[in-house]
Amino acid sequence: MTTTTAPAPPVDAAPPTPRPGAARALLHNRLALAALVFLTVIIVCAVFAPLIAPADPNAQNLLGRLRPPAWQSGGSTAHLLGTDQLGRDLLSRIIYGTRVSLLVGAGAALLAGTIGTFAGLASGYFGGWTDRIVMRVADVQLAFPAILLALAVVGFVGSGLWYVILVLGITGWVSYARVVRSEVLSLRSRDFVTEAHAIGVGHLTIMRRHLLPNVMAPLATIGTLHIAAAVVAEASLSYLGLGVPKETVTWGGMLADGQLYLGTSWWIAVFPGLALMLTSLAINITGDALRDVADPKAYRR
Amino acid sequence: MSDSLTLPTPDTKDAPGTTGAARGARALAVLRPIAARLGTALLVLLCTATVVFFLVRLSGDPVKVMLPPDATAQQESVLRHSLGLDRPLITQYLDYLWGLPRLDFGTSLFYNQPVREVLADRIPATLLLAAGALVVTLLIALPAGILAAMRRGRATDRSVISVVLLGQSTPPFWVGILLILVFAVGLHALPASGYGTFAHLVLPSITLSVYSVAVVARLLRSSLIDVLGSDHIRTARARGLGPVRTVLRHGLRNASLPVVTVVGLEVGSLLGGAILTEQVFSWPGIGQLTVQAISNRDFPLVQATVLVFAATFVVVNLLVDLSYGLLDPRVRNSR
Repeated sequence: MTTTTAPAPPVDAAPPTPRPGAARALLHNRLALAALVFLTVIIVCAVFAPLIAPADPNAQNLLGRLRPPAWQSGGSTAHLLGTDQLGRDLLSRIIYGTRVSLLVGAGAALLAGTIGTFAGLASGYFGGWTDRIVMRVADVQLAFPAILLALAVVGFVGSGLWYVILVLGITGWVSYARVVRSEVLSLRSRDFVTEAHAIGVGHLTIMRRHLLPNVMAPLATIGTLHIAAAVVAEASLSYLGLGVPKETVTWGGMLADGQLYLGTSWWIAVFPGLALMLTSLAINITGDALRDVADPKAYRR
Repeated sequence: MSDSLTLPTPDTKDAPGTTGAARGARALAVLRPIAARLGTALLVLLCTATVVFFLVRLSGDPVKVMLPPDATAQQESVLRHSLGLDRPLITQYLDYLWGLPRLDFGTSLFYNQPVREVLADRIPATLLLAAGALVVTLLIALPAGILAAMRRGRATDRSVISVVLLGQSTPPFWVGILLILVFAVGLHALPASGYGTFAHLVLPSITLSVYSVAVVARLLRSSLIDVLGSDHIRTARARGLGPVRTVLRHGLRNASLPVVTVVGLEVGSLLGGAILTEQVFSWPGIGQLTVQAISNRDFPLVQATVLVFAATFVVVNLLVDLSYGLLDPRVRNSR
């Protein structure tokens, strides 16, 4: 820590996105480190599911149904976490379940982030009517519970993975837009922006070259937190039976199945539920840590 | 903001000579923001009603769903006519809009009774659940937020923060399933589902409150920390007021403004939570009704339930806006 001497910051440089020490600070936070390790495991599971899973997640075995986890009497090491009501291996299903969760989480955050960033940049940079319209649309959007819109679209227009991503992406843009807008409002009058404008740099170039890089840090934080929200929202929809179709393995669907067998076979609901909670927790912890790193002032509070 | 400079000295302005005009102008200044908010609220509701109407029509033909697959074309057209679905779309839309102010949402396709009556049957259960969750939230979040702020940085604070993080990351249906597992399956202490007695209310209320407890405790903590650093708190302490009394008398009210604002905005998440909670516990409220109506393709009912949710959100936030004046005299004067 003491051996490196930071160079004095230039007088009116653009506010830096994550400082060079950011990655190190992130790693010093032990909780965040644990969360990152957990997320890495989840991502590896999602990518290499067929190689890691001990069994086919959809292979039924009615003779071996409702087997308890390996450490309970009646369990076997062939099914470490037991089997469900159709004799399917729970561990394999949880491993495959990471795929939908992460795909929806990342897809929704990417879509919402793109829409929100454009809206926020335009709104903050141009101001006036653009700003008023964008913010009014945002208000209307906020007034509409996202899960309700998701229910309505998925229930009526069609269900399936892509619809879920689309709905969660379209409903999630407001928080990105608000943050980008407020950052841009304070950047707009800074010297490096007004000077760029004075020497004839176009609006789009200013937005891309001078504004966008400066809003990346808060965007990353919101994006991370939004991924967690989208993962939970997808699980909620699938739990209600209105998300991804039953044939695809999802944690929410597994929870819905498991609830019917709570009285006799607790493991069917508990393990996917744990996976869901830990994933969402790990993403949230990472997001919080990112925010602390990007904005040390917020950390001290 | 600039209004605050001119407004709060009514006595000098309202000298005996000046009559109704000045007073009317002042009333207008008070009423205008309220009217603007009402306008926004109505606009939001109109947009919602329109979006829902057309979304529902995108989804395919309810007649096909309601009749057996081997129904003849004539049977289809008879049913379509009796449901009024053979009229032009614009007529259906205007009829629907015209019905809304009179709370006429049409007839439920599934229950075959007016949507208004179906809703009236279900709304009390949801209100009861919401009240239960509110009580739990206040009982847990207020003490937790206050304690964490007063013992900032210490073990109490850190444990409150961790629990809050956990609560925010945990989906309500998972909390509900865990509670059922422990208190219904394990301890046989409380019923796992159903409606009617106080015992039935306990687990659903706790389930629905988990998220709001997390939000309220976290916000109360951070806004109380801000308030506790201000001059009037130091003065109160210097006058010899105990720490607990200082917080209760001088801190809490000032700290409540941001909390109330965010709670208003979180009503959307809470409504979503109510849908899930009702589903977990087979609670016969409007959330469960919505999910069933979607599965049954009961268009008029879905339109109505979505509107009820949107109206709830809008009304709560309107009340939040208006309550600023009660909570903070500075806001009241600047109106």
